[in-house]
Amino acid sequence: MSRVGTIARRSFLIGSVAVAGGVAFGAYAYRRPVPNPLLDQIGPESAAITPYVRIDAGGITLITPRADSGQGAYSVQAALIAEELDVTLDQITADPGLPGPAYYNTALANDAAPFAATDDGLVANSARGFMDVMIKLLGLQITGGSTTVPDSFEKLRMAGAVARETLKAAAARQTGIPVGDLRTQDGAVLLPDGQALPYTTLAPVAADIDPVTDVTLRDPSQWRLVGRAVTRLDMVAKSTGTQAYGIDLELDGMVHATVRTNPRRGGAMLDFDATAAETMRGVRAVLPITGGVAVVADNTWRAIQAVNAIDITWGDAPYPPEMDAHWAALENSFDESARDSRRRDDGDVDAALAKGPVVSATYRAPYLAHAPLEPISATVQVTPDRVDVWTGTQIPRFVQTNVARIVNRDPDQVFVHVQMMGGSFGHRLEDRVVREAAEIAAQLPGTPVKLTYSREEDMTHDDTRQIAMARGRGTVRDGRVETMDLGIAMPSIIASQMGRQGLPVPGPDMQIVAGAWDQPMRIPNCRVTGYRAPELAPISSWRSVGASTNGFFHDVFLDELIHAAGADPMEERLRLCWHDPSRKTLEAVAEMSNWGAPPAPGVGRGVAFCMSFGVPAAEVIEVTQTTDGIRIDNVWAALDVGRVVDPVNFENNVQGGVVWALGHAINSEITYADGQVEQVNYYDAEGMRMYQAPNIMVRGLENGDQVRGVGEPMVPPAAAALSNAIFAATGQRIREMPMNRFIDFV
Amino acid sequence: MKLNVNGRDHEVDVEPDMPLLWVLRDELKIKGVKYGCGVSQCGACTVHIDGEAVRSCQTAAADVWDPVTTIEGLGNPENLHAVQAAWLSHQVAQCGYCQAGQMMQAAALLAENPAPTDDDIDTAMSGNLCRCGTYPRIRAAIKTAAAAIAEARE
Ligand code: FES
Ligand code: FES
Repeated sequence: MSRVGTIARRSFLIGSVAVAGGVAFGAYAYRRPVPNPLLDQIGPESAAITPYVRIDAGGITLITPRADSGQGAYSVQAALIAEELDVTLDQITADPGLPGPAYYNTALANDAAPFAATDDGLVANSARGFMDVMIKLLGLQITGGSTTVPDSFEKLRMAGAVARETLKAAAARQTGIPVGDLRTQDGAVLLPDGQALPYTTLAPVAADIDPVTDVTLRDPSQWRLVGRAVTRLDMVAKSTGTQAYGIDLELDGMVHATVRTNPRRGGAMLDFDATAAETMRGVRAVLPITGGVAVVADNTWRAIQAVNAIDITWGDAPYPPEMDAHWAALENSFDESARDSRRRDDGDVDAALAKGPVVSATYRAPYLAHAPLEPISATVQVTPDRVDVWTGTQIPRFVQTNVARIVNRDPDQVFVHVQMMGGSFGHRLEDRVVREAAEIAAQLPGTPVKLTYSREEDMTHDDTRQIAMARGRGTVRDGRVETMDLGIAMPSIIASQMGRQGLPVPGPDMQIVAGAWDQPMRIPNCRVTGYRAPELAPISSWRSVGASTNGFFHDVFLDELIHAAGADPMEERLRLCWHDPSRKTLEAVAEMSNWGAPPAPGVGRGVAFCMSFGVPAAEVIEVTQTTDGIRIDNVWAALDVGRVVDPVNFENNVQGGVVWALGHAINSEITYADGQVEQVNYYDAEGMRMYQAPNIMVRGLENGDQVRGVGEPMVPPAAAALSNAIFAATGQRIREMPMNRFIDFV
Repeated sequence: MKLNVNGRDHEVDVEPDMPLLWVLRDELKIKGVKYGCGVSQCGACTVHIDGEAVRSCQTAAADVWDPVTTIEGLGNPENLHAVQAAWLSHQVAQCGYCQAGQMMQAAALLAENPAPTDDDIDTAMSGNLCRCGTYPRIRAAIKTAAAAIAEARE
């Protein structure tokens, strides 16, 4: 990207005035130096060198603005800074900092712009440049899209290097020794005689001089931290039960709240009778909020008991009450009038299909809850001069402005303290819980209010994964796949999600076809069409977003075509794949799984591939057909993220993502009846438990040209590889999830 | 009513049916014990009562029959229990929210069965959900902890 980056940005700036209403202001804002949020908060004794490093008499703080929901983001960000700053990880404190516009997430642009990750042409990169500027304008400090590492990889090391060189300059000024004779090590500048000047004592001097911005990043051969297994910063706390999460927050005078809002999502509350609840022990107040009611009590359990004792009359849902109508809406969307995108249209699909014979199939994927193990919570305190918010969120800037609006204050008066999250998987890209906490706190000025959702409220009010359908038609000739025509219908995830933030998103939603249209497979006639279904129940980003359904559709249909052609599933994928790093992931899993050796009787092996978020990911799954059902035995996964920043964390993330994908594929869905979610707790949608968890062997490859994130790309191929393996073992093709509706698992 | 937690006596004034989970978290401010489901489905709230792994979300305060141990009582950062040391060396945690419950369950398993097979581990641990999918590392860490405990005994 760097090759054309400059040109792309310049060409964007020229065009920017014309494309959108805010862009003129935006362009100005873009040229203006980004405000540095730390400058507002630091005392005279500390030096703000860059927005990512804070050093004062109290110590060295590395600001890690990308949130940590368990993927190790704080550690990875800290390691990148520390690598250049020359500090050890036990010398620093990692702090997510307060949200500020300087923390924009550039890497998100890569997947928002409608170009395949393998398309490195000027057009693609200039579009990415456009999105890049948009994101800066909006100041989107978003954690998502597997962007933490791509976004941070140069920015944070550069921050560390600028800090280091500036501290050296400060030491030179203080001692009169030329900078060239100074070295840095373990949080100190070393003088030629070996004397160490700690960074903490140099901070006031460094504050006085201009930062040294002309720095060169170290060669990878010199790295001490990046590329190695380090003990994550949170690992001791998380191995001893001492890690505090948002739900654990305690403040003086704090009260505990919980809510019930309309289970027909977005519907009104018509009436409620809280007579019984009001007299229950510990209840302080019963307060109406948007679409529901809150109970404030002296204890979480008492609040939950009381809120369940309220008699409420709910209004209707703004979407169809029964599932049949949701599926019908998708089926009816396979129509020219609902066409949203067709960015892949190679060869002559219509002519090939007319010649036939045609292989065809239909696929479905259900709504799914995120259901991270920590139920969502938010604590808000409204005082005359400031508003404080403590919550685990991936969107702190949205939280800040939304809370400001609700409590009728200036956003500058709202301070968001991002908390460690007990999982997210995209759940905390939504902020309803914070808005509700703000509504409650506004009615109890001065009192800190912690709102905790019950598991039931959390699961029945999730903005779920999209529901989706695909129709495939194709042909094969001479033992090869010749034609693939894939149509995918779903409501727009981005429109639903950004709609709740009041942001219209023009143009096609590339998530409708992500993980399908952009695959590096050279099928002679290939067409991928996205159809935008009408908005149904609220949906949002669920780990791997559009690709979570489309990777399944694309690869299972490809497997069906390969089977029809009579080809070997691995050989044919390798023959079709034109992208070298992608081919190498397939070759890696072929070798790891010993693909060439015939499996034992009753054992089936399936392979699948999906590139998402720019990361090629191949998986082979081995299943055994037992008398009680399918047992998932082994998974081999190979992903190319360009650079593995920490091999242990990488392996853990990939294993976890595979478990995530398989658990949901076999046994989970969210369905609506009478407008309400039918699954209320983990017994209705449990995901994978240990007895079902296979052995998962992981290999990280580094052939790609850019560093990329590992949070999501292992998800899309997993369900496909499982379906393909079940077909190999049993001859039964499973085209719909959850798969336990069609076959038993042990 | 009286409650002994991690070797300390407490006097709490709560309804007899308040789950132990909420007595620990909201009354005694012992936060290592986690709320995940409230209905015995996830194991995040696991504590020991008389050495037995128990779901505190389904144990009424009045029914607590013996002293309670939470993760804080199992070990701490300065003095790790063998299970905690194994969790640390395998870097088991992702979000970590389930792990206090997982470790309490694993410690109870090892106290009863010092050399569990894979099947024993799967059986004992399958009531503990991990949404982050750390199961492969939990299995490995339990084996490491078992070996460490055996070695310490010799
Ligand atoms: S909170 Fe007790 S088992 Fe889930
Ligand atoms: S580590 Fe996140 S739920 Fe287990």
